[in-house]
Amino acid sequence: MSAQHDHSRCRELLGSLSDYVDGDLEEALCREIEAHMAECENCRIVVDTLRKTVLLYHVLPSDPPLPEAVEQRLFKRLELEHIIPSRSER
Amino acid sequence: MPEAISDLDILLSNEEALVAALHRGDPLGCTALVKRFGGQMYAVALRIVDDPDDAEEVLQDAFVTACRKMHTFEGRSKLSTWLYRVTTNAALMHLRKRRDDTVSLDEPQELDEGDVLPRQLGDWTVDPSQEALTGELRQVLEQAVRELPASLRAAFVLRDIQGLSTEEAAEALGITPGAVKVRLHRARLALRERLAGYLSEQPQPIRA
Repeated sequence: MSAQHDHSRCRELLGSLSDYVDGDLEEALCREIEAHMAECENCRIVVDTLRKTVLLYHVLPSDPPLPEAVEQRLFKRLELEHIIPSRSER
Repeated sequence: MPEAISDLDILLSNEEALVAALHRGDPLGCTALVKRFGGQMYAVALRIVDDPDDAEEVLQDAFVTACRKMHTFEGRSKLSTWLYRVTTNAALMHLRKRRDDTVSLDEPQELDEGDVLPRQLGDWTVDPSQEALTGELRQVLEQAVRELPASLRAAFVLRDIQGLSTEEAAEALGITPGAVKVRLHRARLALRERLAGYLSEQPQPIRA
């Protein structure tokens, strides 16, 4: 951060940045963060990369189905293996 | 001729019918619970305990509890939220048994301000909205989650990977929505630091 920049404001705003990227922050504080970012390149990058961090995890592929062997052992533990046939038997 | 809709199909598509079946102890209800939510709960267990064998044990404990204690589900939340709570509890209990008992899983670790202050300040060229996740990037993302402290990891997995709301994650974790937000924020900041090493154009550690 530049020598002229007041770091204390960066630290104060840091705790609100997740709410900011989630759109959960009150309007006045949003404007304050945006005004700060206009003057602070480091905070602009932190907000941008924090948002990208969240988005990257949102685009992870959805959960795969339960592996069949795991499912069969679970049914056995639950004493339900007689209820439905395994996928390979259908 | 289309196949007849089975009783299991009905339970898989109708949560009210599923809850009723579970409440009356119908084995088909528990079967449908596994079919409908098994994949999601296994994924959560695996991310929290980070071992396939342990995750399977957690999954089994969670579904045994869920099927036996269905009477404690009062329907005030979604069935999936209640099941996330049962699974997350089982996973965190498992970690307590596995690890040093003096390590608290109830409170976030890395509470020092210095641990969450941004240090990596290079820009990232990655565009998540366009990005088809490569196998390598996916591994980096998963590894970064594994390295989080357990309490932060559980909050992050439920909220940002499974997509629960703050309120749902709070219910699943048995903590306040405010505490979820604090843990989530710390988790995200920690992940941002770790991902920066891979995604940053020019990692520039901040100087004090």
